Amino acid sequence: MKQEYTITVYAENHIGLLVRVATIISRRKINIESLNTSPSESEGIHRLTIVIHETEEVVRKLARQIEKQVEVLKVYYNNNEEIIWQELALYKVPTDEIAEKVKVERLLREYGARAVVIRKDYTIFEASGHREETDRLVTALAPYGLIEFVRSARVAIIKDSKGFHEKLKEFEQTEPGPELIENEFLNRQQEVFTM
Amino acid sequence: MQPVAVIEEKEITKPATVISGGAAVLEAFLAEGVDTIFGYPGGAIMPIYDALYDYNEKLKHVLVRHEQGGIHAAQGYARTSGRVGVVFATSGPGATNLVTGLADAMIDSTPIVAVTGQVFAHLLGTDAFQETDVINITTPVTKWNYQVTDANEIPAVMAKAFYIARSGRPGPVVIDITKNAQLQKFDNPGYEKCTHVRSYRPKPIVRKQYVEEAAKLINAAERPFVVFGQGVILGKAEKEFRCFIEKTGIPAAWTILGLSALPTDHPLNVGMLGMHGNYGPNLLTNECDVLIAVGMRFDDRVTGRLDKYAKQAKVIHLDIDPAEIDKNVKATVGVWGDCKETLPMLTKLVETKVYPQWVEKFRTCDQEENKEVIFEELHPSNETLTMGEVIRNLNELTNGDAVIVTDVGQHQMVACRYAKFNQSKSNVTSGGLGTMGFALPAAIGAKFGAPDRTVVAVIGDGGIQMTIQELGTIMQTEVNVKIMILNNQFLGMVRQWQQLFHDRRYSFVDIASPDYVQVAKGYGIEGQKVTDRKDLRAALERMLAHPGSFLLEVMVGKENNVFPMVPQGCSVSEIRLK
Repeated sequence: MKQEYTITVYAENHIGLLVRVATIISRRKINIESLNTSPSESEGIHRLTIVIHETEEVVRKLARQIEKQVEVLKVYYNNNEEIIWQELALYKVPTDEIAEKVKVERLLREYGARAVVIRKDYTIFEASGHREETDRLVTALAPYGLIEFVRSARVAIIKDSKGFHEKLKEFEQTEPGPELIENEFLNRQQEVFTM
Repeated sequence: MQPVAVIEEKEITKPATVISGGAAVLEAFLAEGVDTIFGYPGGAIMPIYDALYDYNEKLKHVLVRHEQGGIHAAQGYARTSGRVGVVFATSGPGATNLVTGLADAMIDSTPIVAVTGQVFAHLLGTDAFQETDVINITTPVTKWNYQVTDANEIPAVMAKAFYIARSGRPGPVVIDITKNAQLQKFDNPGYEKCTHVRSYRPKPIVRKQYVEEAAKLINAAERPFVVFGQGVILGKAEKEFRCFIEKTGIPAAWTILGLSALPTDHPLNVGMLGMHGNYGPNLLTNECDVLIAVGMRFDDRVTGRLDKYAKQAKVIHLDIDPAEIDKNVKATVGVWGDCKETLPMLTKLVETKVYPQWVEKFRTCDQEENKEVIFEELHPSNETLTMGEVIRNLNELTNGDAVIVTDVGQHQMVACRYAKFNQSKSNVTSGGLGTMGFALPAAIGAKFGAPDRTVVAVIGDGGIQMTIQELGTIMQTEVNVKIMILNNQFLGMVRQWQQLFHDRRYSFVDIASPDYVQVAKGYGIEGQKVTDRKDLRAALERMLAHPGSFLLEVMVGKENNVFPMVPQGCSVSEIRLK
């Protein structure tokens, strides 16, 4: 069954790595729904968060192919149950319209949004959440002349992850422990407190 | 007094010398034990070639006639020597001409370090003369690639390149060096070999638990079957592999890249797998109860229809690349590791056994295949020459001691099916990518990689015309390569498929040939053309006895087919003998 999977890649921050990872996905004619690159909890280690819609088998094979790349340290993949994730959205609307016709305060409270900039001609709101939530605010603002809308890639935290610091120490040793060598993915979400 | 002493001390603590980036590349080669470079100069790699002028006595440079020839030669060198093949090309077209060879080396796990020149760093991205985005073009076909813009990086980057190319599952590495970095003089701190890259795990510590599980399955098996690939050769585990099958008594069949890892006349060698492999190994894949795959990747040409492949069997998969385990065939037990280590561990735990009845089944299949296909191919009853009889005669004259380099197509399948091999690293062919034009340049490299051995390139009339310019390389280097063209006046394999699957609609497979003997003569290479059986043996003898390179063209049956065959989309057990 196809579903949304979030692939988390811990890698060296090297030029060309992003293309290398992207070609592994695109050569199999799989669309990247969302892609984010950021620093990670470990200094010098880059973290890519990739969202694709595929079956578990395809995602597992992809994860192994990505992990095989020289500059990649570790790859995890998780379904939506196993992660906490957010996306950030920005909305630009005409200030006069919004001030006149909308109960801005109610709108902001209802969608967890906040105003980032308020000018005479336009106002920019910011909201974060899951896609459906940020989409709902688009719908709500549309009647008031939404000028611009943009949404960021997904950022996700794996519920069960203990972070990368310990693993990184092992990677830096010439002879790593068996735990690291094992090509397994985190799969113990039930042990973790969920919100 | 004192100032002098200070200066002396400085000299002792600072052995570094100022050299150019280009010279640093060559210093790296020397430190890595490189003796031969295949290459072609051009504008953006000139500083490296300038440095090479001074290294002429320590490093042999083979000037090829096309960069594709250069990389195929480096592949041939790597395959017969077991070392890293090295190739130079300039920027732009020089680098793009390497791409086919890189893809070939990638899919066939051949260790290659390709150094390409690049335009000056300040010109990157300006569409400068002979500029191409080499890093992005080669990313999907390299194990690793890197662009150097500062000479200070060169020693460490080259060390990393060689380490990555040869360790773990080997593969090609491209190092793209901008011209300014090649020219740049820098304080060379000296060369230090790379032994560890933190984000890269070439091989794991083998988990004993999986070896034990595998041994348990093997000990309980009634009809176990071993399928092996190039992993045995790349892991230099031929001896370990032999010990394993001899103790367990398990029949073993090979993929075409695994060919020569086990002598062809070994009693447990039951032949070739795959589309044009032997009858027994294909048919009985679907009858074994435990399938033990060693250093192979279950390519579609080996498995045929995947959902009908060895479904009855428990599968043990030994591989150094964890991404291969469960990729195509789900393993009951995956043993991740270098087979040089895993095989002895397994051998220790398995019981000494023989399976006379089971092995006999393979021999019965052989008899049937012999009756239907092999005998007529090797000893034809009509006057048309067959590819098989040429290979049989070659076997008889070389006693299986030659290195055989094949191109792609019918002659490749025939040569792999019938050639005899006594020692490892003797079969060089383009397996995964199926690159026509591979054999002639690869044979040149193969000879440089194994100078004491006889190297015979077996090539079709299609493939030879793709890289025939490398006769020029043979002429200039006087490398002793025997070139055997099996000419059926067709692009034979495509014609065979058109005959079998497209109602004999022979669409553009009728290929004309030049007078090869005359062409060879133009390059100062002796040659002979054989059209009659009575001349074949003597011609082969002449070819092998000739002190230098020799081109032998043999006219073979125009519409002969290669059988047995597992048609595309069919199960291995649906193998056809005719």
